Amino acid sequence: MAAVQSRGARIRSSMFGYANLVPFVFFALFPFYFMLITSLKSDNELYDLKAVPFLIQTGAITDHYRFLFFDTEFLTWMTNSLIISVVATAISLVISVLAGYSLARLRFAGVGSFGTAVFITYLVPPTLLFLPLSQVVVWLGISDSIWALIVTYPTFLVPFSTWLLMGYFRTIPREVEECALVDGATRLQSLTRIVLPMAIPGIVCVTLFGFTLTWNEFTYALTFVSQTANKTAVVGVTADLIRGDIYYWGSLMAGAVLASVPIVIVYVLFLDYYVSGLTAGAVKG
Amino acid sequence: MAVGPQALEATGLSRPGRLSRLHEWLQQEHVFGYALILPALLLLTCLVAYPFGMAIYFSLSDYWVGSPGEFVGLQNFRDILGNEVFRRTVYNSFVFTAIAVTLKTLLGLWLAMLLFRSLRFKRLVRGAVLLPWVIPTALSTLGWWWMFDSLYSVVNWSAIRLNLIDPPGPNWLGVTSYAMAAVIAVNVWRGLPFFAIIVLAGLVSISREYYEAAEVDGAGSWARFRHVTLPLLKPVLAVVILFSTIFTFSDFNIVYVLTRGGPVNTTHLFATLAYQVGLNGGNLGQGAAISLFLFPMLAAVVFVQLRWIRRE
Repeated sequence: MAAVQSRGARIRSSMFGYANLVPFVFFALFPFYFMLITSLKSDNELYDLKAVPFLIQTGAITDHYRFLFFDTEFLTWMTNSLIISVVATAISLVISVLAGYSLARLRFAGVGSFGTAVFITYLVPPTLLFLPLSQVVVWLGISDSIWALIVTYPTFLVPFSTWLLMGYFRTIPREVEECALVDGATRLQSLTRIVLPMAIPGIVCVTLFGFTLTWNEFTYALTFVSQTANKTAVVGVTADLIRGDIYYWGSLMAGAVLASVPIVIVYVLFLDYYVSGLTAGAVKG
Repeated sequence: MAVGPQALEATGLSRPGRLSRLHEWLQQEHVFGYALILPALLLLTCLVAYPFGMAIYFSLSDYWVGSPGEFVGLQNFRDILGNEVFRRTVYNSFVFTAIAVTLKTLLGLWLAMLLFRSLRFKRLVRGAVLLPWVIPTALSTLGWWWMFDSLYSVVNWSAIRLNLIDPPGPNWLGVTSYAMAAVIAVNVWRGLPFFAIIVLAGLVSISREYYEAAEVDGAGSWARFRHVTLPLLKPVLAVVILFSTIFTFSDFNIVYVLTRGGPVNTTHLFATLAYQVGLNGGNLGQGAAISLFLFPMLAAVVFVQLRWIRRE
């Protein structure tokens, strides 16, 4: 029926669409732009009430970034975040592949209730459990270390990843696996050699979300670790960059920008996986 | 399943001895199934179910950091219910969740429809719009904190130049109602992409034929939206709203970074108040009691979701 519309009407309609998108794109991106230019401005300009806040008028400087690298533990925080994200994601991936395969593909008594239990834990917000968990990590003797986070992050990653992977495993035709079993493959071989290679998009998706969720996590990282040298990048920047005086905005924004960079890189490279994982994770729920 | 004994024998027979018997045992579908689920089950039992039990125990005891207390019954609940700050927090949590989820639903629906139409630069626009959801919330909220600064707020600067407000403009984080508005704005900013992208997926899955049929019947664009789009989106919208309700209700990051619950404890949500009382104040019993107020909402969402999944 679109063909009935005149060319002019179609152009007007598409102009209308773009014009309405502009405020949304501006709303989404402006805070990032503002953080970036703040991190590049000199203090004199930042705290000049007559200056135009949207622009850099007295030249961009890198002092705030230099301060981060040479006068704070920023690089340690970044390293901690990287180790925690990679290890916690890897552990969660292994546990979730096994559980997801079992729940999606095998038949045994109670499989339905296990699936429901995983779904319920998926919905449990971390803020419901952070107080008792802070005591559990004390008892385990890992409080105030990066291990406190490596051990607790799988509690929210595993339910989510298992749920997402179950959806992917279900799309693989059963016959493929049955053939392999008839040909003498063990069940484990059939999982690792037949099912896993076919579920690679799901595995990439779970890895990306795992990395993103652990890198971005704030509540547990703030609660379980108080020593500066063991903090993650997000908590280090949020909690440790604020000094006594009020003139810290430049370095604070520099830290926020730099600590987001790893996520932005991964995001730009794998945008389509984010969109599909987001959709699958919630809609199949 | 059609696979079964033959396959098991074929693998089992080649290796004799105890090992092969173990191997054969493992090849049984139910044994293999339980074995694979065991690590996940252990993890969730020890680090989700057990802490949940502990939260209940804490809430019923006089437990302070470093000193395991005694059972005190419902004393903690009586104390917090009588507390002005807690009552304010209950009110905040519902107002915050209701307004934020409503705004995210309406704006998300509108944004999804806009994204659905525009064809050029589709990937770029989607990538830009999804960005607030991907960047660490605590860090982007730092940016908003600066934008709402009492002296150098860029929001006020722009509004004054546009003659929308008189200088010096609102002290965003220093007055309760403005601070709540700021917290809601940041939550909407962060959660909007989630709504838009999922609703967009719902829109894509609606068959063009429905619209064509509606157009043949003479339906205008509003009628098509009202009688075709909306009913077919209902399942998707229901899921997103439920998800968002539980995660908005239990939000911690935005309030913690933006206001710390201030001015004077008037913008707390359950999670931030539980943190302040349980960890900063050291009163784990009361803190646990406060965070348990998140549970009824969780239970309600789980109940509705499960019923809905079963019906499918």
